[in-house]
Amino acid sequence: MRSDTEATASLPLKIAAGAGIAFLHLPILLIFVYAFTTEEKSFQWPPPGLTLNWFSVAWNRPDVWQALSLSVKVASVATAIALLLGTLAAAAVSQTRFFGREAISLLVILPIALPGIITGIALRSAFSLADIPYSLWTIILGHGTFCVVVVYNNAVARFRRTSGSLIEASMDLGADGFQTFRHIILPNIATALLAGGMLAFALSFDEVIVTTFTGGQQATLPIWMLQELIRPRQRPVTNVVAVVVVLVTFLPILAAYYLTRDTDEIAGSGK
Amino acid sequence: MTAAVSFSGVSRHFGKVQAVDRVDLVVEPGEFFAMLGPSGSGKTTCLRLIAGFEQPDSGHIEIFGETAEGVPPYRRNVNTVFQDYALFPHFSILDNVAYGLMVKGIGKAERHRQAEEALALVKLPDYGARKPGQLSGGQRQRVALARALVNRPRVLLLDEPLGALDLKLRESMQEELKSLQRSLGITFIFVTHDQGEALSMADRVAVFNKGRIVQAGTPQEIYNRPKTRFVADFVGSSNVIDPDAMRYFGGEARCASLRPEAISLVRDGGVRAHVRSAAFLGAATRLGVTAGDVSLSVMLPAGQPVPEQGTEVGLTWAPGDVHYMDDAA
Repeated sequence: MRSDTEATASLPLKIAAGAGIAFLHLPILLIFVYAFTTEEKSFQWPPPGLTLNWFSVAWNRPDVWQALSLSVKVASVATAIALLLGTLAAAAVSQTRFFGREAISLLVILPIALPGIITGIALRSAFSLADIPYSLWTIILGHGTFCVVVVYNNAVARFRRTSGSLIEASMDLGADGFQTFRHIILPNIATALLAGGMLAFALSFDEVIVTTFTGGQQATLPIWMLQELIRPRQRPVTNVVAVVVVLVTFLPILAAYYLTRDTDEIAGSGK
Repeated sequence: MTAAVSFSGVSRHFGKVQAVDRVDLVVEPGEFFAMLGPSGSGKTTCLRLIAGFEQPDSGHIEIFGETAEGVPPYRRNVNTVFQDYALFPHFSILDNVAYGLMVKGIGKAERHRQAEEALALVKLPDYGARKPGQLSGGQRQRVALARALVNRPRVLLLDEPLGALDLKLRESMQEELKSLQRSLGITFIFVTHDQGEALSMADRVAVFNKGRIVQAGTPQEIYNRPKTRFVADFVGSSNVIDPDAMRYFGGEARCASLRPEAISLVRDGGVRAHVRSAAFLGAATRLGVTAGDVSLSVMLPAGQPVPEQGTEVGLTWAPGDVHYMDDAA
Protein backbone atom coordinates (compact mmCIF):
# COMPACT_ATOMS: atom_id res chain seq x y z
CA MET A 1 0.00 0.00 0.00
CA ARG A 2 1.26 3.41 -0.93
CA SER A 3 0.90 6.23 1.45
CA ASP A 4 -1.33 9.20 0.66
CA THR A 5 1.61 11.55 0.21
CA GLU A 6 2.69 9.55 -2.85
CA ALA A 7 -0.76 9.50 -4.39
CA THR A 8 0.38 10.65 -7.84
CA ALA A 9 2.53 8.32 -9.93
CA SER A 10 5.70 9.37 -11.72
CA LEU A 11 5.61 9.96 -15.49
CA PRO A 12 7.48 6.74 -16.51
CA LEU A 13 5.09 4.71 -14.38
CA LYS A 14 2.15 6.38 -16.08
CA ILE A 15 3.58 5.58 -19.51
CA ALA A 16 4.29 1.98 -18.53
CA ALA A 17 0.77 1.56 -17.19
CA GLY A 18 -0.70 3.08 -20.35
CA ALA A 19 1.40 0.80 -22.53
CA GLY A 20 0.28 -2.21 -20.53
CA ILE A 21 -3.35 -1.35 -20.95
CA ALA A 22 -2.88 -0.66 -24.65
CA PHE A 23 -1.16 -4.03 -25.09
CA LEU A 24 -4.13 -5.70 -23.43
CA HIS A 25 -6.86 -3.97 -25.39
CA LEU A 26 -5.54 -2.92 -28.83
CA PRO A 27 -5.79 -6.47 -30.22
CA ILE A 28 -9.50 -6.45 -29.39
CA LEU A 29 -9.89 -3.26 -31.39
CA LEU A 30 -8.05 -4.91 -34.30
CA ILE A 31 -10.66 -7.66 -34.36
CA PHE A 32 -13.37 -5.04 -34.64
CA VAL A 33 -11.56 -3.26 -37.47
CA TYR A 34 -11.00 -6.47 -39.46
CA ALA A 35 -14.71 -7.14 -39.41
CA PHE A 36 -15.04 -4.23 -41.82
CA THR A 37 -12.06 -4.90 -44.10
CA THR A 38 -12.49 -5.45 -47.85
CA GLU A 39 -9.68 -7.96 -47.97
CA GLU A 40 -10.79 -11.53 -47.27
CA LYS A 41 -7.81 -13.93 -47.29
CA SER A 42 -5.21 -12.60 -44.87
CA PHE A 43 -5.25 -9.96 -42.18
CA GLN A 44 -3.54 -7.03 -43.84
CA TRP A 45 -2.72 -3.78 -42.03
CA PRO A 46 -3.90 -1.18 -42.73
CA PRO A 47 -7.12 -2.58 -44.25
CA PRO A 48 -7.22 -1.71 -47.97
CA GLY A 49 -10.85 -0.59 -47.68
CA LEU A 50 -13.86 -0.71 -45.38
CA THR A 51 -17.18 -2.46 -46.04
CA LEU A 52 -20.30 -3.64 -44.21
CA ASN A 53 -20.59 -6.51 -46.66
CA TRP A 54 -19.37 -9.19 -44.21
CA PHE A 55 -22.29 -8.62 -41.91
CA SER A 56 -24.74 -9.69 -44.60
CA VAL A 57 -22.49 -12.59 -45.64
CA ALA A 58 -22.37 -13.79 -42.05
CA TRP A 59 -26.15 -13.33 -41.76
CA ASN A 60 -26.68 -15.70 -44.72
CA ARG A 61 -24.28 -18.45 -43.62
CA PRO A 62 -26.25 -21.38 -42.12
CA ASP A 63 -23.20 -22.71 -40.25
CA VAL A 64 -23.00 -19.44 -38.30
CA TRP A 65 -26.63 -19.78 -37.28
CA GLN A 66 -26.18 -23.43 -36.34
CA ALA A 67 -23.22 -22.67 -34.12
CA LEU A 68 -24.93 -19.66 -32.60
CA SER A 69 -28.11 -21.54 -31.81
CA LEU A 70 -26.15 -24.43 -30.27
CA SER A 71 -24.21 -21.99 -28.08
CA VAL A 72 -27.33 -20.17 -26.97
CA LYS A 73 -29.07 -23.46 -26.15
CA VAL A 74 -26.08 -24.77 -24.20
CA ALA A 75 -25.54 -21.54 -22.31
CA SER A 76 -29.24 -21.16 -21.42
CA VAL A 77 -29.72 -24.69 -20.17
CA ALA A 78 -26.36 -24.76 -18.34
CA THR A 79 -27.24 -21.46 -16.67
CA ALA A 80 -30.67 -22.72 -15.66
CA ILE A 81 -29.18 -25.86 -14.16
CA ALA A 82 -26.49 -23.80 -12.43
CA LEU A 83 -29.08 -21.45 -10.93
CA LEU A 84 -31.03 -24.33 -9.48
CA LEU A 85 -28.15 -26.44 -8.18
CA GLY A 86 -25.90 -23.53 -7.20
CA THR A 87 -28.63 -21.91 -5.11
CA LEU A 88 -29.52 -25.16 -3.40
CA ALA A 89 -25.88 -25.94 -2.62
CA ALA A 90 -25.29 -22.41 -1.33
CA ALA A 91 -28.38 -22.62 0.87
CA ALA A 92 -27.28 -25.95 2.30
CA VAL A 93 -23.73 -24.84 2.97
CA SER A 94 -24.59 -21.45 4.47
CA GLN A 95 -27.79 -22.21 6.35
CA THR A 96 -27.12 -25.57 7.95
CA ARG A 97 -24.38 -27.40 9.74
CA PHE A 98 -23.69 -30.96 8.67
CA PHE A 99 -20.86 -33.43 8.53
CA GLY A 100 -18.55 -32.76 5.56
CA ARG A 101 -19.87 -29.27 4.89
CA GLU A 102 -16.43 -27.74 4.30
CA ALA A 103 -15.47 -30.62 2.03
CA ILE A 104 -18.60 -30.15 -0.07
CA SER A 105 -17.96 -26.43 -0.28
CA LEU A 106 -14.47 -27.15 -1.60
CA LEU A 107 -15.66 -29.82 -4.04
CA VAL A 108 -18.25 -27.47 -5.52
CA ILE A 109 -15.63 -24.78 -6.10
CA LEU A 110 -12.97 -27.20 -7.40
CA PRO A 111 -14.06 -27.31 -11.08
CA ILE A 112 -13.28 -23.62 -11.49
CA ALA A 113 -9.84 -23.97 -9.90
CA LEU A 114 -9.11 -27.07 -11.97
CA PRO A 115 -7.72 -26.43 -15.48
CA GLY A 116 -10.50 -26.86 -18.04
CA ILE A 117 -8.45 -29.47 -19.82
CA ILE A 118 -8.58 -31.73 -16.76
CA THR A 119 -12.33 -31.32 -16.46
CA GLY A 120 -12.62 -31.98 -20.20
CA ILE A 121 -10.51 -35.14 -20.23
CA ALA A 122 -12.19 -36.46 -17.11
CA LEU A 123 -15.67 -35.96 -18.53
CA ARG A 124 -14.68 -37.41 -21.91
CA SER A 125 -13.34 -40.61 -20.35
CA ALA A 126 -16.40 -40.83 -18.13
CA PHE A 127 -18.73 -40.45 -21.11
CA SER A 128 -16.92 -43.09 -23.16
CA LEU A 129 -16.77 -45.42 -20.16
CA ALA A 130 -20.50 -45.07 -19.62
CA ASP A 131 -21.13 -45.32 -23.40
CA ILE A 132 -22.89 -41.97 -23.53
CA PRO A 133 -22.95 -40.57 -27.10
CA TYR A 134 -21.98 -36.93 -27.57
CA SER A 135 -24.98 -34.67 -27.70
CA LEU A 136 -26.25 -31.27 -26.66
CA TRP A 137 -26.50 -32.67 -23.15
CA THR A 138 -22.87 -33.79 -22.86
CA ILE A 139 -21.80 -30.20 -23.62
CA ILE A 140 -24.32 -28.83 -21.13
CA LEU A 141 -23.05 -31.21 -18.48
CA GLY A 142 -19.47 -30.06 -19.09
CA HIS A 143 -20.44 -26.41 -18.86
CA GLY A 144 -22.59 -27.09 -15.82
CA THR A 145 -19.49 -28.01 -13.81
CA PHE A 146 -18.15 -24.47 -13.80
CA CYS A 147 -21.44 -22.57 -14.20
CA VAL A 148 -22.65 -24.03 -10.90
CA VAL A 149 -19.58 -22.63 -9.17
CA VAL A 150 -20.24 -19.08 -10.36
CA VAL A 151 -23.83 -19.11 -9.15
CA TYR A 152 -22.84 -20.90 -5.96
CA ASN A 153 -20.14 -18.35 -5.10
CA ASN A 154 -22.46 -15.41 -5.63
CA ALA A 155 -25.33 -17.00 -3.76
CA VAL A 156 -23.20 -18.16 -0.84
CA ALA A 157 -21.79 -14.67 -0.35
CA ARG A 158 -25.31 -13.23 -0.27
CA PHE A 159 -26.65 -15.95 2.01
CA ARG A 160 -23.84 -15.23 4.47
CA ARG A 161 -24.81 -11.56 4.55
CA THR A 162 -28.50 -12.37 4.92
CA SER A 163 -29.16 -12.70 8.59
CA GLY A 164 -30.32 -16.18 9.50
CA SER A 165 -32.84 -14.69 11.85
CA LEU A 166 -34.79 -13.29 8.87
CA ILE A 167 -35.74 -16.82 7.91
CA GLU A 168 -36.56 -17.66 11.50
CA ALA A 169 -38.60 -14.48 11.83
CA SER A 170 -40.58 -15.44 8.75
CA MET A 171 -41.31 -18.92 10.10
CA ASP A 172 -42.11 -17.43 13.48
CA LEU A 173 -44.70 -15.19 11.88
CA GLY A 174 -46.46 -18.17 10.36
CA ALA A 175 -44.85 -18.59 6.93
CA ASP A 176 -44.07 -22.16 5.87
CA GLY A 177 -40.91 -23.07 3.94
CA PHE A 178 -42.31 -22.19 0.52
CA GLN A 179 -43.74 -18.83 1.64
CA THR A 180 -40.46 -17.99 3.37
CA PHE A 181 -38.54 -18.79 0.20
CA ARG A 182 -40.85 -16.73 -1.98
CA HIS A 183 -41.27 -13.66 0.21
CA ILE A 184 -37.99 -13.47 2.13
CA ILE A 185 -35.16 -15.55 0.66
CA LEU A 186 -35.74 -14.96 -3.06
CA PRO A 187 -35.97 -11.13 -2.88
CA ASN A 188 -32.80 -11.09 -0.80
CA ILE A 189 -30.70 -13.23 -3.13
CA ALA A 190 -32.29 -12.15 -6.44
CA THR A 191 -29.58 -9.74 -7.58
CA ALA A 192 -26.85 -12.21 -6.61
CA LEU A 193 -28.58 -14.89 -8.66
CA LEU A 194 -29.01 -12.52 -11.59
CA ALA A 195 -25.32 -11.62 -11.48
CA GLY A 196 -24.27 -15.23 -11.08
CA GLY A 197 -26.57 -16.34 -13.86
CA MET A 198 -25.27 -13.73 -16.29
CA LEU A 199 -21.69 -14.67 -15.55
CA ALA A 200 -22.48 -18.34 -15.97
CA PHE A 201 -24.12 -17.60 -19.32
CA ALA A 202 -21.11 -15.58 -20.48
CA LEU A 203 -18.65 -18.25 -19.35
CA SER A 204 -20.55 -21.00 -21.10
CA PHE A 205 -20.99 -18.92 -24.26
CA ASP A 206 -17.25 -18.59 -24.97
CA GLU A 207 -16.02 -21.86 -23.51
CA VAL A 208 -13.68 -23.83 -25.79
CA ILE A 209 -11.58 -26.35 -23.89
CA VAL A 210 -14.19 -28.37 -22.04
CA THR A 211 -16.43 -28.20 -25.12
CA THR A 212 -13.70 -29.68 -27.32
CA PHE A 213 -13.70 -32.76 -25.13
CA THR A 214 -17.41 -33.12 -24.55
CA GLY A 215 -18.94 -31.93 -27.83
CA GLY A 216 -17.81 -34.55 -30.33
CA GLN A 217 -18.46 -33.24 -33.86
CA GLN A 218 -20.74 -30.42 -32.72
CA ALA A 219 -19.44 -26.87 -33.01
CA THR A 220 -20.46 -24.20 -30.56
CA LEU A 221 -19.79 -20.64 -31.65
CA PRO A 222 -16.23 -20.34 -30.26
CA ILE A 223 -15.28 -23.71 -31.69
CA TRP A 224 -16.70 -22.76 -35.04
CA MET A 225 -14.56 -19.61 -34.93
CA LEU A 226 -11.46 -21.64 -34.19
CA GLN A 227 -12.17 -23.82 -37.23
CA GLU A 228 -12.86 -20.77 -39.41
CA LEU A 229 -9.51 -19.17 -38.59
CA ILE A 230 -7.73 -22.09 -40.23
CA ARG A 231 -9.73 -21.59 -43.43
CA PRO A 232 -8.53 -18.64 -45.50
CA ARG A 233 -11.95 -18.04 -47.15
CA GLN A 234 -14.23 -15.21 -46.01
CA ARG A 235 -12.08 -14.57 -42.96
CA PRO A 236 -13.79 -11.33 -41.89
CA VAL A 237 -16.98 -13.34 -41.23
CA THR A 238 -15.19 -14.74 -38.20
CA ASN A 239 -14.49 -11.21 -37.06
CA VAL A 240 -18.11 -10.25 -37.50
CA VAL A 241 -19.08 -13.18 -35.29
CA ALA A 242 -16.34 -12.22 -32.82
CA VAL A 243 -17.86 -8.76 -32.50
CA VAL A 244 -21.20 -10.38 -31.74
CA VAL A 245 -19.62 -12.70 -29.17
CA VAL A 246 -17.87 -9.80 -27.45
CA LEU A 247 -21.14 -7.92 -27.19
CA VAL A 248 -23.12 -10.94 -26.06
CA THR A 249 -20.65 -11.87 -23.32
CA PHE A 250 -19.44 -8.43 -22.30
CA LEU A 251 -22.81 -6.82 -21.70
CA PRO A 252 -24.00 -9.41 -19.16
CA ILE A 253 -20.69 -9.20 -17.29
CA LEU A 254 -20.93 -5.44 -17.21
CA ALA A 255 -24.53 -5.66 -15.98
CA ALA A 256 -23.55 -8.19 -13.35
CA TYR A 257 -20.78 -5.88 -12.19
CA TYR A 258 -23.13 -2.94 -11.77
CA LEU A 259 -25.79 -5.02 -10.08
CA THR A 260 -23.46 -6.34 -7.40
CA ARG A 261 -20.90 -3.56 -7.25
CA ASP A 262 -22.01 -2.27 -3.88
CA THR A 263 -22.80 -5.63 -2.40
CA ASP A 264 -20.21 -8.33 -2.93
CA GLU A 265 -17.53 -9.51 -5.27
CA ILE A 266 -18.32 -11.29 -8.47
CA ALA A 267 -16.61 -14.45 -7.49
CA GLY A 268 -15.13 -16.64 -10.16
CA SER A 269 -15.22 -14.09 -12.95
CA GLY A 270 -11.63 -14.98 -13.81
CA LYS A 271 -12.30 -18.19 -15.66
CA MET B 1 -55.56 -23.43 35.09
CA THR B 2 -53.36 -24.67 32.26
CA ALA B 3 -49.87 -23.31 32.28
CA ALA B 4 -48.90 -21.04 29.39
CA VAL B 5 -45.65 -22.93 28.93
CA SER B 6 -44.44 -25.97 30.80
CA PHE B 7 -41.15 -27.86 30.50
CA SER B 8 -40.68 -31.22 32.14
CA GLY B 9 -37.19 -32.67 32.12
CA VAL B 10 -36.28 -30.89 28.87
CA SER B 11 -32.74 -31.40 27.56
CA ARG B 12 -31.03 -30.16 24.43
CA HIS B 13 -27.41 -30.62 23.53
CA PHE B 14 -25.26 -29.39 20.64
CA GLY B 15 -22.48 -31.86 20.01
CA LYS B 16 -20.92 -32.33 23.42
CA VAL B 17 -22.32 -29.13 24.88
CA GLN B 18 -25.31 -29.67 27.12
CA ALA B 19 -27.11 -26.40 26.37
CA VAL B 20 -30.26 -27.24 28.32
CA ASP B 21 -30.04 -29.90 30.99
CA ARG B 22 -33.23 -31.48 32.43
CA VAL B 23 -35.08 -28.21 32.88
CA ASP B 24 -38.46 -28.08 34.60
CA LEU B 25 -40.33 -24.86 34.19
CA VAL B 26 -43.86 -23.54 34.49
CA VAL B 27 -44.91 -20.14 33.16
CA GLU B 28 -48.40 -19.05 34.18
CA PRO B 29 -50.77 -17.38 31.72
CA GLY B 30 -50.51 -13.60 31.72
CA GLU B 31 -47.20 -13.68 33.52
CA PHE B 32 -44.18 -11.51 32.74
CA PHE B 33 -41.46 -14.10 33.04
CA ALA B 34 -37.71 -13.49 32.82
CA MET B 35 -35.00 -16.00 32.01
CA LEU B 36 -31.83 -14.59 33.48
CA GLY B 37 -28.33 -15.93 33.15
CA PRO B 38 -24.87 -15.36 31.72
CA SER B 39 -24.26 -16.12 28.04
CA GLY B 40 -24.15 -19.83 27.37
CA SER B 41 -26.36 -20.64 30.35
CA GLY B 42 -29.12 -22.12 28.20
CA LYS B 43 -31.69 -19.36 28.50
CA THR B 44 -31.79 -18.52 24.81
CA THR B 45 -31.99 -22.19 23.86
CA CYS B 46 -35.03 -22.48 26.15
CA LEU B 47 -36.62 -19.56 24.33
CA ARG B 48 -35.90 -21.20 20.97
CA LEU B 49 -37.40 -24.44 22.23
CA ILE B 50 -40.63 -22.57 22.96
CA ALA B 51 -40.54 -20.79 19.59
CA GLY B 52 -39.94 -24.11 17.83
CA PHE B 53 -36.54 -23.32 16.30
CA GLU B 54 -35.07 -26.10 18.38
CA GLN B 55 -36.49 -29.46 19.32
CA PRO B 56 -35.74 -31.10 22.69
CA ASP B 57 -33.58 -34.24 22.75
CA SER B 58 -35.63 -35.48 25.66
CA GLY B 59 -38.36 -34.24 27.94
CA HIS B 60 -41.72 -32.71 27.20
CA ILE B 61 -42.88 -29.19 26.34
CA GLU B 62 -46.48 -28.00 26.47
CA ILE B 63 -47.81 -24.64 25.29
CA PHE B 64 -51.26 -23.97 26.71
CA GLY B 65 -51.77 -27.66 27.27
CA GLU B 66 -50.76 -28.73 23.76
CA THR B 67 -47.70 -30.83 23.08
CA ALA B 68 -45.10 -28.68 21.32
CA GLU B 69 -42.60 -31.30 20.17
CA GLY B 70 -42.63 -31.72 16.39
CA VAL B 71 -44.79 -28.65 15.83
CA PRO B 72 -42.96 -26.28 13.44
CA PRO B 73 -42.57 -22.59 14.39
CA TYR B 74 -45.19 -21.51 11.85
CA ARG B 75 -47.88 -23.60 13.51
CA ARG B 76 -47.31 -22.30 17.03
CA ASN B 77 -49.35 -19.47 18.44
CA VAL B 78 -46.16 -17.93 19.75
CA ASN B 79 -44.25 -14.97 18.34
CA THR B 80 -40.73 -13.75 18.90
CA VAL B 81 -39.06 -10.36 19.09
CA PHE B 82 -35.55 -11.14 17.92
CA GLN B 83 -32.42 -9.72 19.44
CA ASP B 84 -31.37 -8.14 16.13
CA TYR B 85 -35.08 -7.40 15.42
CA ALA B 86 -34.81 -9.31 12.10
CA LEU B 87 -36.94 -6.82 10.19
CA PHE B 88 -37.24 -7.69 6.51
CA PRO B 89 -35.05 -5.08 4.78
CA HIS B 90 -36.89 -5.23 1.44
CA PHE B 91 -40.32 -4.55 2.93
CA SER B 92 -41.78 -1.27 4.15
CA ILE B 93 -42.52 -0.98 7.86
CA LEU B 94 -46.22 -1.54 7.19
CA ASP B 95 -45.54 -4.69 5.15
CA ASN B 96 -43.16 -5.93 7.83
CA VAL B 97 -45.87 -5.62 10.45
CA ALA B 98 -48.50 -7.09 8.12
CA TYR B 99 -46.30 -10.06 7.14
CA GLY B 100 -47.81 -12.55 9.56
CA LEU B 101 -51.30 -11.61 8.39
CA MET B 102 -50.27 -11.77 4.74
CA VAL B 103 -49.00 -15.34 4.95
CA LYS B 104 -52.27 -16.27 6.64
CA GLY B 105 -54.06 -15.01 3.53
CA ILE B 106 -55.72 -11.93 4.99
CA GLY B 107 -56.63 -9.33 2.36
CA LYS B 108 -54.47 -6.29 1.80
CA ALA B 109 -56.87 -3.63 3.13
CA GLU B 110 -57.64 -5.57 6.30
CA ARG B 111 -54.06 -6.51 7.09
CA HIS B 112 -52.84 -2.97 6.52
CA ARG B 113 -55.55 -1.66 8.82
CA GLN B 114 -54.49 -4.07 11.56
CA ALA B 115 -50.82 -3.26 10.98
CA GLU B 116 -51.58 0.46 11.36
CA GLU B 117 -53.29 -0.32 14.65
CA ALA B 118 -50.31 -2.31 15.87
CA LEU B 119 -47.95 0.52 14.90
CA ALA B 120 -50.13 2.97 16.82
CA LEU B 121 -49.96 0.63 19.82
CA VAL B 122 -46.17 0.90 19.88
CA LYS B 123 -46.39 4.66 19.27
CA LEU B 124 -45.10 4.61 15.72
CA PRO B 125 -48.09 5.74 13.66
CA ASP B 126 -47.28 7.24 10.23
CA TYR B 127 -44.04 5.25 9.96
CA GLY B 128 -45.59 2.58 7.74
CA ALA B 129 -44.15 3.82 4.46
CA ARG B 130 -40.52 3.83 5.59
CA LYS B 131 -37.99 1.08 5.19
CA PRO B 132 -36.31 -0.57 8.21
CA GLY B 133 -32.98 1.02 7.27
CA GLN B 134 -34.42 4.50 7.85
CA LEU B 135 -35.33 3.83 11.49
CA SER B 136 -33.30 4.15 14.67
CA GLY B 137 -32.57 1.17 16.88
CA GLY B 138 -35.34 2.03 19.31
CA GLN B 139 -37.86 2.46 16.52
CA ARG B 140 -36.88 -0.84 14.93
CA GLN B 141 -37.40 -2.50 18.25
CA ARG B 142 -40.95 -1.11 18.37
CA VAL B 143 -41.64 -2.30 14.84
CA ALA B 144 -40.42 -5.78 15.77
CA LEU B 145 -42.79 -5.66 18.73
CA ALA B 146 -45.72 -4.53 16.57
CA ARG B 147 -44.94 -7.21 13.98
CA ALA B 148 -45.16 -9.90 16.66
CA LEU B 149 -48.19 -8.49 18.49
CA VAL B 150 -50.31 -8.02 15.36
CA ASN B 151 -50.66 -11.82 15.22
CA ARG B 152 -52.21 -11.83 18.71
CA PRO B 153 -49.89 -14.53 20.05
CA ARG B 154 -50.74 -16.34 23.29
CA VAL B 155 -47.09 -16.14 24.28
CA LEU B 156 -44.66 -13.41 23.25
CA LEU B 157 -40.97 -14.28 23.40
CA LEU B 158 -38.39 -11.52 23.68
CA ASP B 159 -34.72 -12.32 23.14
CA GLU B 160 -32.56 -9.71 24.90
CA PRO B 161 -35.13 -7.12 23.80
CA LEU B 162 -33.34 -4.10 25.17
CA GLY B 163 -29.76 -5.25 24.74
CA ALA B 164 -28.96 -3.01 21.76
CA LEU B 165 -30.51 0.18 23.17
CA ASP B 166 -28.76 2.90 25.12
CA LEU B 167 -29.40 3.34 28.82
CA LYS B 168 -32.00 6.07 28.69
CA LEU B 169 -34.03 4.36 25.98
CA ARG B 170 -33.71 1.07 27.82
CA GLU B 171 -35.28 2.48 30.95
CA SER B 172 -38.25 4.02 29.15
CA MET B 173 -38.71 0.83 27.07
CA GLN B 174 -38.74 -1.25 30.26
CA GLU B 175 -41.70 0.66 31.57
CA GLU B 176 -43.44 0.60 28.23
CA LEU B 177 -43.04 -3.15 27.79
CA LYS B 178 -44.35 -3.68 31.26
CA SER B 179 -47.46 -1.57 30.75
CA LEU B 180 -48.03 -3.08 27.29
CA GLN B 181 -47.92 -6.53 28.81
CA ARG B 182 -50.40 -5.54 31.51
CA SER B 183 -52.87 -3.98 29.09
CA LEU B 184 -52.71 -6.84 26.57
CA GLY B 185 -52.65 -9.63 29.14
CA ILE B 186 -50.37 -11.72 26.91
CA THR B 187 -47.78 -13.98 28.52
CA PHE B 188 -44.36 -12.40 28.01
CA ILE B 189 -41.22 -14.48 28.34
CA PHE B 190 -38.00 -12.58 27.96
CA VAL B 191 -34.37 -13.54 28.03
CA THR B 192 -31.75 -11.24 29.47
CA HIS B 193 -28.34 -11.24 31.05
CA ASP B 194 -29.09 -7.96 32.79
CA GLN B 195 -30.19 -8.70 36.34
CA GLY B 196 -31.49 -5.17 36.89
CA GLU B 197 -33.76 -5.53 33.89
CA ALA B 198 -35.03 -8.93 35.02
CA LEU B 199 -35.71 -7.81 38.58
CA SER B 200 -37.45 -4.58 37.64
CA MET B 201 -39.67 -5.94 34.86
CA ALA B 202 -40.57 -9.52 35.63
CA ASP B 203 -43.28 -11.03 37.82
CA ARG B 204 -41.06 -14.08 38.18
CA VAL B 205 -37.45 -14.78 37.30
CA ALA B 206 -35.66 -18.03 36.52
CA VAL B 207 -31.91 -17.85 37.01
CA PHE B 208 -29.99 -20.08 34.59
CA ASN B 209 -26.51 -21.48 34.93
CA LYS B 210 -24.85 -24.23 32.86
CA GLY B 211 -28.08 -25.32 31.23
CA ARG B 212 -30.06 -25.63 34.45
CA ILE B 213 -32.43 -23.40 36.39
CA VAL B 214 -30.68 -22.64 39.64
CA GLN B 215 -33.53 -20.73 41.22
CA ALA B 216 -36.93 -19.50 40.15
CA GLY B 217 -39.08 -17.10 42.07
CA THR B 218 -40.25 -13.53 42.42
CA PRO B 219 -37.60 -10.82 42.09
CA GLN B 220 -37.81 -10.23 45.86
CA GLU B 221 -37.16 -13.90 46.62
CA ILE B 222 -34.27 -14.07 44.20
CA TYR B 223 -32.73 -10.87 45.49
CA ASN B 224 -33.27 -11.36 49.22
CA ARG B 225 -32.88 -15.10 49.51
CA PRO B 226 -30.51 -16.36 46.82
CA LYS B 227 -30.39 -20.13 47.00
CA THR B 228 -26.81 -20.55 45.90
CA ARG B 229 -23.63 -18.62 45.72
CA PHE B 230 -23.99 -18.32 41.95
CA VAL B 231 -27.35 -16.59 42.27
CA ALA B 232 -26.04 -14.23 44.91
CA ASP B 233 -23.02 -13.40 42.76
CA PHE B 234 -24.99 -12.98 39.57
CA VAL B 235 -28.16 -11.30 40.74
CA GLY B 236 -27.23 -9.07 43.57
CA SER B 237 -24.61 -6.61 44.43
CA SER B 238 -24.56 -8.59 47.66
CA ASN B 239 -21.41 -9.41 49.56
CA VAL B 240 -20.80 -13.13 49.20
CA ILE B 241 -18.84 -14.39 52.17
CA ASP B 242 -16.89 -17.68 52.33
CA PRO B 243 -17.49 -20.17 55.17
CA ASP B 244 -14.05 -19.42 56.68
CA ALA B 245 -14.66 -15.68 56.72
CA MET B 246 -18.13 -16.22 58.12
CA ARG B 247 -16.67 -18.10 61.07
CA TYR B 248 -14.13 -15.30 61.51
CA PHE B 249 -17.06 -12.86 61.68
CA GLY B 250 -18.64 -15.01 64.37
CA GLY B 251 -21.30 -16.70 62.28
CA GLU B 252 -21.87 -20.27 61.09
CA ALA B 253 -19.11 -21.77 58.94
CA ARG B 254 -21.31 -21.64 55.81
CA CYS B 255 -21.39 -19.59 52.67
CA ALA B 256 -23.56 -16.51 53.17
CA SER B 257 -24.71 -13.34 51.49
CA LEU B 258 -24.97 -9.97 53.16
CA ARG B 259 -26.44 -6.94 51.43
CA PRO B 260 -24.29 -3.80 51.45
CA GLU B 261 -27.14 -1.70 52.85
CA ALA B 262 -27.52 -4.12 55.81
CA ILE B 263 -24.08 -3.20 57.14
CA SER B 264 -23.68 -0.15 59.33
CA LEU B 265 -20.58 1.59 60.64
CA VAL B 266 -19.70 1.99 64.31
CA ARG B 267 -16.69 3.71 65.84
CA ASP B 268 -15.96 1.14 68.52
CA GLY B 269 -16.44 -2.61 68.51
CA GLY B 270 -17.96 -4.55 65.65
CA VAL B 271 -15.82 -6.29 63.05
CA ARG B 272 -12.74 -4.12 62.56
CA ALA B 273 -12.12 -3.10 58.96
CA HIS B 274 -10.18 -0.60 56.86
CA VAL B 275 -11.76 1.72 54.31
CA ARG B 276 -10.20 1.11 50.88
CA SER B 277 -12.40 3.18 48.59
CA ALA B 278 -15.45 5.38 48.53
CA ALA B 279 -17.73 6.00 45.53
CA PHE B 280 -20.39 8.68 45.68
CA LEU B 281 -23.59 7.38 44.06
CA GLY B 282 -25.94 10.28 44.76
CA ALA B 283 -28.46 8.75 47.12
CA ALA B 284 -25.73 6.83 48.90
CA THR B 285 -22.00 6.26 49.08
CA ARG B 286 -20.53 2.84 48.38
CA LEU B 287 -17.55 2.04 50.58
CA GLY B 288 -15.06 -0.68 49.80
CA VAL B 289 -13.65 -2.08 53.04
CA THR B 290 -11.43 -4.99 54.02
CA ALA B 291 -11.92 -6.91 57.22
CA GLY B 292 -9.03 -9.32 57.74
CA ASP B 293 -8.52 -10.47 54.17
CA VAL B 294 -12.19 -10.24 53.17
CA SER B 295 -13.34 -7.45 50.87
CA LEU B 296 -16.84 -6.16 51.51
CA SER B 297 -18.92 -3.34 50.15
CA VAL B 298 -20.95 -1.15 52.44
CA MET B 299 -23.75 1.19 51.38
CA LEU B 300 -23.69 4.35 53.41
CA PRO B 301 -26.94 6.39 53.21
CA ALA B 302 -26.57 10.04 52.19
CA GLY B 303 -26.10 12.40 55.10
CA GLN B 304 -23.78 10.16 57.07
CA PRO B 305 -20.17 11.26 57.35
CA VAL B 306 -17.94 9.41 54.89
CA PRO B 307 -14.77 8.09 56.55
CA GLU B 308 -11.40 8.86 54.94
CA GLN B 309 -9.56 6.17 53.05
CA GLY B 310 -7.35 4.08 55.32
CA THR B 311 -9.37 4.79 58.48
CA GLU B 312 -10.28 1.94 60.74
CA VAL B 313 -14.01 1.43 61.22
CA GLY B 314 -16.22 -1.13 62.91
CA LEU B 315 -18.87 -3.07 60.97
CA THR B 316 -22.10 -4.38 62.46
CA TRP B 317 -25.15 -6.06 61.08
CA ALA B 318 -28.20 -7.78 62.42
CA PRO B 319 -27.82 -11.59 62.48
CA GLY B 320 -31.10 -11.85 60.56
CA ASP B 321 -29.57 -10.04 57.58
CA VAL B 322 -27.05 -12.82 57.05
CA HIS B 323 -28.51 -15.18 54.46
CA TYR B 324 -26.89 -18.63 54.42
CA MET B 325 -26.89 -20.60 51.18
CA ASP B 326 -25.42 -23.54 49.26
CA ASP B 327 -21.81 -23.10 48.26
CA ALA B 328 -22.38 -24.87 44.95
CA ALA B 329 -23.09 -23.15 41.68
